[in-house]
Amino acid sequence: MEAEKLKGKILEIVPEAQQEENKQFPTFLIPSGKFKHLATLLKEEKELDFDYLFCLTGVDWGTELGVVYHLTSTSLNHTVELKVKTENRETPEFDTVADLWKTAEFFEREVWDLFGIRFAGHPDMRRIFLEEDWVGFPMRKDYTDEVNIVEL
Amino acid sequence: MKEIINLPVHSIEEEEYHINMGPQHPSTHGVLRLVVTLQGETVKKVQPHCGYIHRGIEKMCEKDTYQQIIHLTDRMDYLSAHINNHAVCLLVEGALEVEVPERVKYIRTIIDELNRIASHQLWWCSFGMDLGGLTCFFYGLRDREHILDIFEESFGSRLLHSYYTPGGLMQDIHPNFQKRTKDFIKYFRKKIKDYDKLLSGNVIFENRSQGIGVMSKEDAINYGVSGPSGRASGWSCDIRKKYPYGVYDKAEFNEILRTDGDTYGRYMVRMDEMRESMKIIEQLIDNIPEGDYTAKMKPIIKLPAGEYYQRVESARGELGIYCISDGNKTPVRMKFRTPSFVNLGVLDKLSRDMKIADLVAIGASLDLVIPDIDR
Repeated sequence: MEAEKLKGKILEIVPEAQQEENKQFPTFLIPSGKFKHLATLLKEEKELDFDYLFCLTGVDWGTELGVVYHLTSTSLNHTVELKVKTENRETPEFDTVADLWKTAEFFEREVWDLFGIRFAGHPDMRRIFLEEDWVGFPMRKDYTDEVNIVEL
Repeated sequence: MKEIINLPVHSIEEEEYHINMGPQHPSTHGVLRLVVTLQGETVKKVQPHCGYIHRGIEKMCEKDTYQQIIHLTDRMDYLSAHINNHAVCLLVEGALEVEVPERVKYIRTIIDELNRIASHQLWWCSFGMDLGGLTCFFYGLRDREHILDIFEESFGSRLLHSYYTPGGLMQDIHPNFQKRTKDFIKYFRKKIKDYDKLLSGNVIFENRSQGIGVMSKEDAINYGVSGPSGRASGWSCDIRKKYPYGVYDKAEFNEILRTDGDTYGRYMVRMDEMRESMKIIEQLIDNIPEGDYTAKMKPIIKLPAGEYYQRVESARGELGIYCISDGNKTPVRMKFRTPSFVNLGVLDKLSRDMKIADLVAIGASLDLVIPDIDR
């Protein structure tokens, strides 16, 4: 599907979505409340058919925490980048997409482990790399490491 | 005596119990712990525990310049170090819109393919060893040594090369490089026939791999299992074909696809890929154009503010790098989408209701590299 048509389709599903200009892939900032609804339609609708989630990244933009989703369709060969953001740094939470794309299960555990973003409805929301009793979330920008391992 | 015989016997077939496989286990090829839930000998669930070799490479990248990041990527998937380096170089060159000399593209493509063969050789020998054929291990390592010698001569190191830099190469290739590579191809074309004789057509091997851990194409896409493992399920996911980089568009080669999707299929895809890699090298090795080995680059690289995504086909699958830059010399966020991390996710699904010995075969066929999982 062409970029313009894809944009129209996404704005039809989520009118509040904001497109970011001059990006490698068509990029949209989605309000976190509407994200799961959009993701479900992107996966299920035949003319969109985004069946491959090839990257899921947790990001700390300084004030905001968020997740970036890279989706592509193996049959129709179109790609989209979706972002969700939150300013809540205490208990950030988004809806899981692990039920749509199984590959998200590990990715989301990694984001929880390193950024402290929880995913509601995830089947196994545990840390993946660090110990369960690790304090803090190391990939956040405001994380300070007492024993000075990370600061080089 | 009679009393003992009449004691109620807890059948091992009825109760579920757990076994820790790893972190020190020969078939996990590194420090991966699998908590396996068993009923008798049948696998009911596999829970991977990662993080034993988690070094926080992504966090370190936020403090490092792009030239320094290259050296860290070597240490993720150390068996395809060149290919990891290539991904970072392509990312930086793409963001700066630098055109690298043709010579560099040819050399990089040849070395990537040599690296892929070396990686598949090590996979082959450890796969054989996991299934009880120790001869494979010696044969595979013997032949891999030839590639490592070529690497050592040209780049000064055998495993972690950091030979690519943004814009080009560290230094030009050694004068012997072309001749030795051609000699190696000639040598390996004979030896790969031994590999087939030893394993591919072996009845014991076929019985242990055919129909074991079958993955459908839908599952492969949904779990994101790319690379040879995905292609064994019929999913056309070769980055070299879909998003060509280097000079892959100038070489003729086939994307190996199979439809069986079992352990044997994944095995055969890698065997055929080694042949395709040799084909690519043969086409390119005599045509390396003359020229500079690097483009002119500034000593301090600053990427324009923005977001970049770059993918390459590593020996294990799709390696993606997502980079956010704010215009400084260090990135704000560097995410590595490593193939082994994603491929590990499907292990539980594939090994359920298989025997515990099959779990070893399935794990070996996915070709996991643990530092690539943990980063």
